[in-house]
Amino acid sequence: MNGTIPAPTIEYAQLAPMLVVFGAAIVGVLVEAFAPRYLRSAIHVPITLLSLAGAFALTIWQVVKGVPTKPAAMGAVAVDGPSLFIWGTILVLAFVSVMLINDEGHFVAAAAAVPGSAEEEQALHEGAGHTEVYPLALFAVGGMLLFPAANDLLVMFVALEVMSLPLYLLCGLARRRRLLSQEAAVKYFLLGAFSSAFFLYGTALLYGYAGSIDLAKISTSLSVIGGQETLLYIGVAMLGVGLLFKIGAAPFQAWKPDVYQGAPTPVTALMASGTLVAAFGALLRVFWVALGGLDWDWSPVLWAVAILTMIVGAILAITQTDIKRMLAYSSIAHGGFLLVGVVATGAAAGQNSKALSAILFYLVAYGFTTVGAFAVVTMVRDAGGEAWHLSRWAGLGKRSPLLAGIFAFFLLAFAGIPLTSGFFGKYAVFQAAVSGGALPLVIVGVVASAVAAFFYVRVIVLMFFSDPSADGPSVVLPSRGTAAVVGVAVLATVFLGVYPQPVLHLAQNAAQSLFIR
Amino acid sequence: MEPAEIIQHSGGVIGASWLMIALPLLGAAVLLLGGRRTDKFGHLLGVAMSVASFVVAALAFIQLLGFAPGERRRGVELYDLIPGIAKVGLLIDPLSISFCLLITFVGSLIHIYSIGYMAHDPARRRFFAYLNLFVAAMLVLVLADNYLGLYVGWEGVGLASYLLIGFWQHKPTAAAAAKKAFIVNRVGDFGLAIGIFTIFATFHSLSYQGVAEGIAKGGSIPFTAIGLLLLLGACGKSAQLPLQSWLLDAMEGPTPVSALIHAATMVTAGVYLVVRSGPIFQATDTAQLVVTIVGVATLLAGAIIGTAKDDIKKALAGSTMSQIGYMMLAAGIGPAGYAFAIAHLITHGFFKADMFLGAGSVMHAMNDEVNMRKYGGLRKVMPITFVTFLIGYLAIIGFPLLSGYFTKDGIIETAMEHNAILGWLAVLGAGITGFYMSRLVFMTFFGKKRWEADAHPHESPAVMTWPLIILSIGAVVLGAFLVLGNRFMIFLSPAVGQPEELPSFHPFSVTGLATLALVAVGAVFAWMRYGSAEVPVVAPRGSFLTTFARRDLYGDALNEALLMRPGQWLTRLAVFFDNRGVDGLVNSLAALIGGSSGRLRRIQTGFVRSYALSIFVGAAVLVGAWFVVGNL
Repeated sequence: MNGTIPAPTIEYAQLAPMLVVFGAAIVGVLVEAFAPRYLRSAIHVPITLLSLAGAFALTIWQVVKGVPTKPAAMGAVAVDGPSLFIWGTILVLAFVSVMLINDEGHFVAAAAAVPGSAEEEQALHEGAGHTEVYPLALFAVGGMLLFPAANDLLVMFVALEVMSLPLYLLCGLARRRRLLSQEAAVKYFLLGAFSSAFFLYGTALLYGYAGSIDLAKISTSLSVIGGQETLLYIGVAMLGVGLLFKIGAAPFQAWKPDVYQGAPTPVTALMASGTLVAAFGALLRVFWVALGGLDWDWSPVLWAVAILTMIVGAILAITQTDIKRMLAYSSIAHGGFLLVGVVATGAAAGQNSKALSAILFYLVAYGFTTVGAFAVVTMVRDAGGEAWHLSRWAGLGKRSPLLAGIFAFFLLAFAGIPLTSGFFGKYAVFQAAVSGGALPLVIVGVVASAVAAFFYVRVIVLMFFSDPSADGPSVVLPSRGTAAVVGVAVLATVFLGVYPQPVLHLAQNAAQSLFIR
Repeated sequence: MEPAEIIQHSGGVIGASWLMIALPLLGAAVLLLGGRRTDKFGHLLGVAMSVASFVVAALAFIQLLGFAPGERRRGVELYDLIPGIAKVGLLIDPLSISFCLLITFVGSLIHIYSIGYMAHDPARRRFFAYLNLFVAAMLVLVLADNYLGLYVGWEGVGLASYLLIGFWQHKPTAAAAAKKAFIVNRVGDFGLAIGIFTIFATFHSLSYQGVAEGIAKGGSIPFTAIGLLLLLGACGKSAQLPLQSWLLDAMEGPTPVSALIHAATMVTAGVYLVVRSGPIFQATDTAQLVVTIVGVATLLAGAIIGTAKDDIKKALAGSTMSQIGYMMLAAGIGPAGYAFAIAHLITHGFFKADMFLGAGSVMHAMNDEVNMRKYGGLRKVMPITFVTFLIGYLAIIGFPLLSGYFTKDGIIETAMEHNAILGWLAVLGAGITGFYMSRLVFMTFFGKKRWEADAHPHESPAVMTWPLIILSIGAVVLGAFLVLGNRFMIFLSPAVGQPEELPSFHPFSVTGLATLALVAVGAVFAWMRYGSAEVPVVAPRGSFLTTFARRDLYGDALNEALLMRPGQWLTRLAVFFDNRGVDGLVNSLAALIGGSSGRLRRIQTGFVRSYALSIFVGAAVLVGAWFVVGNL
């Protein structure tokens, strides 16, 4: 028969980091199925951490060996400089987030057990507890790795779903404030599905226009095909909606505060760092590889989105009274600042790599600081669990000066004060935007930063200059894992703020090769 | 002769000279973060880090001597901070290495001394952490190869001095003194910051190299403005008029702090700045003139204050002001004065640290009594302290063949050649120095015992006396070593340039003899009043002049009348204006943002359906916009 299907060629070496993570996730599922309850946690934690570390080592190995110049797996996955940089970032951030997840007391033990009740005690004693959080987290991380590296739109869609579905579940597993958590999960799921539909519809329209879902082929068809721009424009816009939703750009940001607030805080840390990095990677790839020839078309629209995102994020954060919601809005504002960098692309190749390296650096800097900030949030607790309301944080600086000092430091990094990583992130992105001709956007960005600085500093003032209330929350002694996460985040924030060159250099090298087609 | 070119360098000890800064910084970090766990060995770690830093400095110095004189300016680039604008780099040249050796050597001795001095303080570990932090900051200041790095060190020194002056923060006076030092320094720092901004705006570079190249290129450069702004910064750190008021109060800190910060190192930062910015100052006669005037005014003011203080540390602080005034005077003269300014700075670092630590030793023996009227006759019970202090004293008044004789005389001679009025005023200052330093020694070590009933003075332990002995050896020999044969001037010349004609040392010049005579008159006068005569335990009311000096020449009153009261009026006016005018604008802006925040917040209803609607509308607008933009 002539109809034999040729076996696809797969470059296993290039895909190894992803394969390790996915493989470990599947082993995790098997552990859930076969290992006795009381052993599961003890098996999961090393598997999860080791696989992430191994994947990171393999990523480094790829870089050392030489960055591939051709897409792998029949053109489906592009392992190029930016991909590898993003992989490394995601893997490190995922590693520290898993260390937070590992800390007890964040996840529900048994669905029907009230926190602190005898039933929960019983369930915990039996070794119940939702140990599936580890394989779920691994699947999500695997999706995050594939998402920015996907070289055709369908693979990208699959990656989007692989990344999102476990996160929907993870959001609903909080031990305390269960209704809020479950509500967050359902909201995230519904809206995520809604936006995925946009993404898929956009893919279909682009396929209709170009006759291919391959990013490179879409790009070449831009110059060939004429007369069907309607399909193209609607397709691009729909695709954009799907991607901008994941970033949390306005007007698609509404899910972010609710979900960030409801989700267990370690999961929020994973989403706020890893998902954001992955989504920006994918956005950059789509807009460069597929739509590079269109940049003069999409940039005005992105201008508007970036401005709106910065303004909405900064202004809405001002009136927040909940620390997690405030950090969510801050994350929206930072998404806006990053979009300024995305807008700055589109000119000459040198300009592109400059903007790209700025974005990559920003993502690393922001990722570490945000994981650290959420780790601090997990440590400030009262009888009802984590104390989220800002009024509860009053006078924290007098009770636990070290922790409050660290949190203040993270907030200053968010605000972009010199000698913190946030300063160089913002500086690099804004500078790239200025030399890319987006000066008005940078002015809006600086004004938004000033507004944002207000609510960061307000928390610092609250912590250090108000009197603590008598029944204020206490700071729990951190477990080793959480303490290590906070330590790593502080070190990274200081290091990138004082000695940014190595990471900047790495980002520049990654950006030099640009995205391969 | 112009300064030599800077040669980029890597490898060897010079390439690793960042260790000089990193080691004490690491020590401070470990001691501050390690908390009580490091209490046991904290002081030893602090000493070890400081000594290690000195070893690195000494090795770098040896390596530097291996190069030909014209190649002794080595730049060590570490990394780009902001590409194209700011680099992090070090400059190892004769000037900076001289400072490094002084800071780390005297600093280490003071660390060692503090082991004994602070032995009974429960917070000794924290004290050593701050000392290490201070040494690191001061090294950043002198090692940076650009003004930004200098500024970082400058502020670090300010912070460390704030922490150390207010170390005994439970005493309100110490807390107030720390605040005063910080605020007065802010005035100077403000000038320095604007000066650096101006430098960047003019030369588009912050590095010393870039500035030198910019000057060589020419064009219209606001030399005088930059020079005066930098001088304002220098006045703050070096306690020169009109920003001198903090130094006397800063004696509230533990005595080793006074020795380290307010004698040997921190106050010398201003002199360093002026000498390092030589290319700028040499291009502007006005700024140079102002520097010399400030120097002379301060050297006289400090000396006059010193004559009337009964507090041993404050008398020494007045003398520090005065001696820094001498250095400033020399630094304002130009290449002819630079070497003498720095040489005097080094010898002063030794003999003043010696005397401050000696004063600390006396206080240690006398239950922390600082009033000299309650000392007297201590030479017999504290022989080592007495002899070392005596050497420091002879050095500072310029007793022949001791350190001060060579370095201070050099400054006076140079000033005399530069401008006779300045020169004679400097001679007068030396005479007053002879008086007030003799008064101090006679009141403390000679005469009858005027001790409090419960005082049982004793010699200090060896860990405190050995630093004194080493410092006093330096006070004896260093001056001759540096000045004779113009050794130091020739060594320094690649960094700061050199006058066309090297000065020669005349032991019996008119100026020198006049100085010696005046010093002798001062000393004899002091003996008559405080040595042979009875010193009353309660200070007599004294004449108008005494009160004038006791009240620090009304410096605080002047500040209060000229700055604080008008300042208060100004703030009141500003508050009034702010409430009526600015606030209206600002508040309405804030209200606008807050209000729109509140209104926008209502969109966040919590209902998924409305979120989905917003996504849908957003998508529709996006599609429409794309369509419109694309079809334009």
